[in-house]
Amino acid sequence: MIEIRGLVKQFPGTAHPAVEHLTLTIPEGDVCVLIGPSGCGKTTTMRIINRMIEPDAGSVIVAGQDVMRTDPVSLRRSIGYVIQQVGLFPHWSIADNIATVPKLLGWTDHRIAARVDELLALVGMEPETYRSRFPRELSGGQKQRIGVARALAADPPVMLMDEPFGAIDPITRARLQDEFLRILRGLKKTIVFVTHDIDEAIKMGDRIAILRDGALVQYDAPEAILARPADAFVESFVGTDRALKRLALIRADAAIEASGPAAPSHAIAAHASLRDALAMMLSNGTDALAVTDSGGSILGALTLAGIRAHTRSGGEANH
Amino acid sequence: MLLLEAWQFIVDHPQRFFGALSTHVALSAAALGLAIAIALPVGILIADRHRAALIAISAANIGRTLPSLAVLAVAMPILGTGFVPSLFALTLLALPPILINTCTAMRQVDPDIVDAARGMGMTRTQIVRKVELPIATPVIFAGIRTAAVQVVSGAVLAAYIGGGGLGDFITAGIAMMALPQLLVGAIPATLLSIGTDRLFGHLQKVLTPAGMRTR
Amino acid sequence: MKWLRNNWDQVLTALGEHIVISFTSLAIAFALSLAIGIWAARNDRVFRWSIAVSGLLYTIPTLAFLALLIPIVGLGKSNAIICMVAFSLMIMIRNVATGIREVPADVVDAARGMGMRPVEILTRIELPLALPVIVAGLRIATVTVISVAVVAAYVNAGGLGTLIFNGISNDFAPKIWVGALTSCALAVAADFCLASLEGRLRHRTD
Repeated sequence: MIEIRGLVKQFPGTAHPAVEHLTLTIPEGDVCVLIGPSGCGKTTTMRIINRMIEPDAGSVIVAGQDVMRTDPVSLRRSIGYVIQQVGLFPHWSIADNIATVPKLLGWTDHRIAARVDELLALVGMEPETYRSRFPRELSGGQKQRIGVARALAADPPVMLMDEPFGAIDPITRARLQDEFLRILRGLKKTIVFVTHDIDEAIKMGDRIAILRDGALVQYDAPEAILARPADAFVESFVGTDRALKRLALIRADAAIEASGPAAPSHAIAAHASLRDALAMMLSNGTDALAVTDSGGSILGALTLAGIRAHTRSGGEANH
Repeated sequence: MLLLEAWQFIVDHPQRFFGALSTHVALSAAALGLAIAIALPVGILIADRHRAALIAISAANIGRTLPSLAVLAVAMPILGTGFVPSLFALTLLALPPILINTCTAMRQVDPDIVDAARGMGMTRTQIVRKVELPIATPVIFAGIRTAAVQVVSGAVLAAYIGGGGLGDFITAGIAMMALPQLLVGAIPATLLSIGTDRLFGHLQKVLTPAGMRTR
Repeated sequence: MKWLRNNWDQVLTALGEHIVISFTSLAIAFALSLAIGIWAARNDRVFRWSIAVSGLLYTIPTLAFLALLIPIVGLGKSNAIICMVAFSLMIMIRNVATGIREVPADVVDAARGMGMRPVEILTRIELPLALPVIVAGLRIATVTVISVAVVAAYVNAGGLGTLIFNGISNDFAPKIWVGALTSCALAVAADFCLASLEGRLRHRTD
């Protein structure tokens, strides 16, 4: 768990502080997304957590330890660090890159080799093939996978990620986001994830912290921010299509009605989102769909009215 | 034929020739070694000190334009003639390329790579030793190669200040218009210089880290 | 210094000789290197060959090169000029060729597409854009030539080296100082002028 209290940072020569009395608590195991327009202080805040930047005032407590009282070097070895350009070491093989922190911590060669292979498999890259390759032989997406593997190597409880998928093309980015969520499911890690992309924030975050000019504007779960934006800035930041974004977070089977018009002509899978359902209704000119499970049997019906009711009530959502 | 006469000269005066050759090589090797011992650490140390680096690189750039013979000649009134003044002057000539290349190469390492290394918990020394220096090695070594050729070529001129070496045969040959002797100096000196360039070129390839070799 | 005050005409003569032979060599080399460099820019084989030869020739020690020319051309200014032209050619051919080759292909393509003839493309587009690199080569060549000219005094080419050699053989330090320091000043001044020219040309194309 990460506790940030009254954090202040102003860079010399600037008119305005980069971070202004920021207070924020991230529960253990959460993915907290820091988001906001350029200059809002999200990257600065992240880099203060592992003391790549020193704060002017305030405290950061990571897993019960005050980071200001911890030696920066050993602090960083216990926190995973992923940056946008990855920064793979070109003169080292993939295996050596991944093994960076374990080597710094003095692990045995045997343990390191086993861990490297484990991580390569985890990020979906054949250990046999990629172990001894070099960064220049990899594509952008592959480099970022190795970046994530490298950050996970020493199994740190906390990870800092600064726009990790920002330099990747949109198709690969979506795939990497899915894979990363899959990887996280098995592990218990507290993640601080910086992005400027609201859709990525909604997809990746358990909680989103919206920052502006160094101050915290809203800190809540994605569906809550979409349903109840704190002010006009948040409203415009999340986009005028926030209603649709919310629908994308709700499963079709969450809005099922036991009874509906008999025999709807089209069906939709239970795990699809209400937004997909709405799109299907619009393109087929219908206002009711049958909701089917993976076997194909009908679980119930979904109506346009039912979707509208869900929007109005600001109802429950699940990923 | 001139070449045959030159060869005959070597056969007739083996000690003189090999004496001069070994002095030449010793002088060059010592000057290069000293220059590396001074310029390499300094280059690494000032790499992250912006102002010191700029001053050092500007000074070295000026040093690089100075005529070699002028530098050698200036050593004479101060240090006299012989091996030591020659060594001093040749070391001075070898410093600029090594210093400039070392400093520039260290500063040009991709900042994202250094940021990642720092963020993962490497100490400053570890970053220099494990990341910046290996990545900078090809360019640093190119500087050493340039310095090596400069020193071997410059050592020919050491003859003028009593430093010995193959230049002695050239100066004697010109003074006495004895062409064979002239060639005894000129041809081996040329071969030595070209050979040094080739040798260091090969070393440069060998010392480039595997991940960074252009295929 | 007293010697300097009494003998500044000697120094000026030497300086003049030095500048004349340097300038002559550079002018010849510049003209030749433009011709050969343009050819090398178009022709891959010539390019690779000229890079290889230039790399080789540039490592030959100055005095050795001058000495090797003696059996062929004897002593004197022509010996020195041949040597200096050879060294400068090597650097400048490479820079002319590389400079032209580095002109972005799309710029040349646009010029062709607009109906420029090859000669016009060369003179109005490629050479002007290659100018910073060419001047960079000229700068290295100039410094090299000044340095060679110092040594060339030993093969009776005149120049500031005569003061140095004279001073050494007569063990007369002031002459050594004047000769050495003047040649250093000349080299630094020439390098500085060409460096600012190079800088201004680079900024022009940014």
